[in-house]
Amino acid sequence: MHAPAPVPAPVLASRRRTLAIDVLRYDPQAPASQPALQRYLLEEVDGMTLFIALNEIRERQDPTLRFDFVCRAGICGSCAMVVNGRPRLACRTLTRDLPDRVVLAPLPFFDLIGDLSVNTGKWMRGMSERLETWIHEREREVDITRIEERMEPELAAAIYELDRCVECGCCVAACGTARMREDFVGAVGMGKIARFRLDPRDTRDDGDYYELIGDDNGVFGCMSLLACHDVCPKSLPLETWIAFLRRRMVLQAADPFPSGG
Amino acid sequence: MHDGVLIAQSGLAGRGRKSRWPARLDLLQSLTGLLLALFVCAHLFFDSSILLGKDAMWAVSKFYEGYFVFGKAHPWLVSMVAGTLCVVFMAHALLALRKFPINYRQYRTFHAHARAMRHGDTRLWLWQVYTGFLLFFLASAHLYQMFFWPQAIGPHASSDRIWSDGHWPFYSVFLIAVVLHAVTGLYRLAVKWGRPGLPRPTLRTLRRLLTAFFLALGFAALATYMKIGYDHRDHYGERYHPAGNSPVDGDSPGSVPEESSSVEPSRFAGQRR
Repeated sequence: MHAPAPVPAPVLASRRRTLAIDVLRYDPQAPASQPALQRYLLEEVDGMTLFIALNEIRERQDPTLRFDFVCRAGICGSCAMVVNGRPRLACRTLTRDLPDRVVLAPLPFFDLIGDLSVNTGKWMRGMSERLETWIHEREREVDITRIEERMEPELAAAIYELDRCVECGCCVAACGTARMREDFVGAVGMGKIARFRLDPRDTRDDGDYYELIGDDNGVFGCMSLLACHDVCPKSLPLETWIAFLRRRMVLQAADPFPSGG
Repeated sequence: MHDGVLIAQSGLAGRGRKSRWPARLDLLQSLTGLLLALFVCAHLFFDSSILLGKDAMWAVSKFYEGYFVFGKAHPWLVSMVAGTLCVVFMAHALLALRKFPINYRQYRTFHAHARAMRHGDTRLWLWQVYTGFLLFFLASAHLYQMFFWPQAIGPHASSDRIWSDGHWPFYSVFLIAVVLHAVTGLYRLAVKWGRPGLPRPTLRTLRRLLTAFFLALGFAALATYMKIGYDHRDHYGERYHPAGNSPVDGDSPGSVPEESSSVEPSRFAGQRR
């Protein structure tokens, strides 16, 4: 591979932008705090992500700025925030794809810790407990020393595909239904149900799943706006999963001899 | 007292086995919406028969009055269709209300969310709420009219209503609201149930094309009715007689309209333009 031709310094300099990054700042713990935008000016560099930009601001301009991050690679889901109106992961958002002015706000819906930092974990845990998102075995006792049964690679891959969700909260923050009705389980919740439904180790059936998502806080509350699908940083096929679960749950409701529950 | 009533009154309705009604209501909302949307599409084709000429529109209106089956026009058949649609419409409206923002806080939150997100399908849903709200009134008025005055449908009767009675502004707004709501509803049904399984970009393109098509068709028909109504303004109330036939007995302005009179089909065989 040939090395790229050197770019003359003046040309490179002229291409660099100064980004105006407006951050919605607010400290819910400070009674005197009022939500307000604070502007930071930052020179853009090649390959800069919003995550890099925010660290740059915190290190050189304002150490009080609060935002979350762990992995820097779109795996942990911690750095989700609203970027120019849409939920995104800061670490997977290149500044070159953004206009000169960038407005950042915390994810709505979740408990605000301060500035861009929100407590998605609390909600995710509540959702997991409510939807019982773990393997249920009815027939036998749980034995962690027992070797797991074999699984076809195709099935394992399909489950893995459903398990790629990083619980960043973007789908819930983008969901118009969740914004209006706070008990809605969101696409992340329905994705979890789809995942365990596929898993042969889980002995629950559709009757059991109906008890978890068969109401207006579950799959029948979804208004199919599909912003969840469109903003998902992991490009999960949420549209397909939700439609599938809706069909299955309607069939379950039509069953005159329902099981489970 | 019924056990279920007592349990619901005690606030324990959600504690037992989950009700199957949310599933039924969701399915019913979709089915009633599908039926109404398909009817709207068919209705627009029937309306636009006027683009093929007055005889074509006359034949369509007579068809719905059972003229070609019974040999005599029965406008009450149109009333029955309007009455049935009214029931389906009310059921759909009631079921759709479940999804409406139920207070100002919810509306404000959703509106701000849709504006900030700039997400097409989210904004589209807001338009569906606006047009759905409009249709509560516009569709009710239209169905009321069709139910009680089914005989006033025909090339001249409809044109008189649209032009001389000044209903064209009503039909203009109604047309926009009903086409946007119906076609968007069909799109929403397709993504909601994952059927017929087309990718969303294809469905979006279809939605745009169908919206443009039905709006163009509807407005072309409306303009034609307006033109006929304008030309016919000095003969307001006179009904249309298919080409080559004279008015039948009792067909005069203010009496039984010829467009819904008891002429026999055989009289017009082979004489349409």
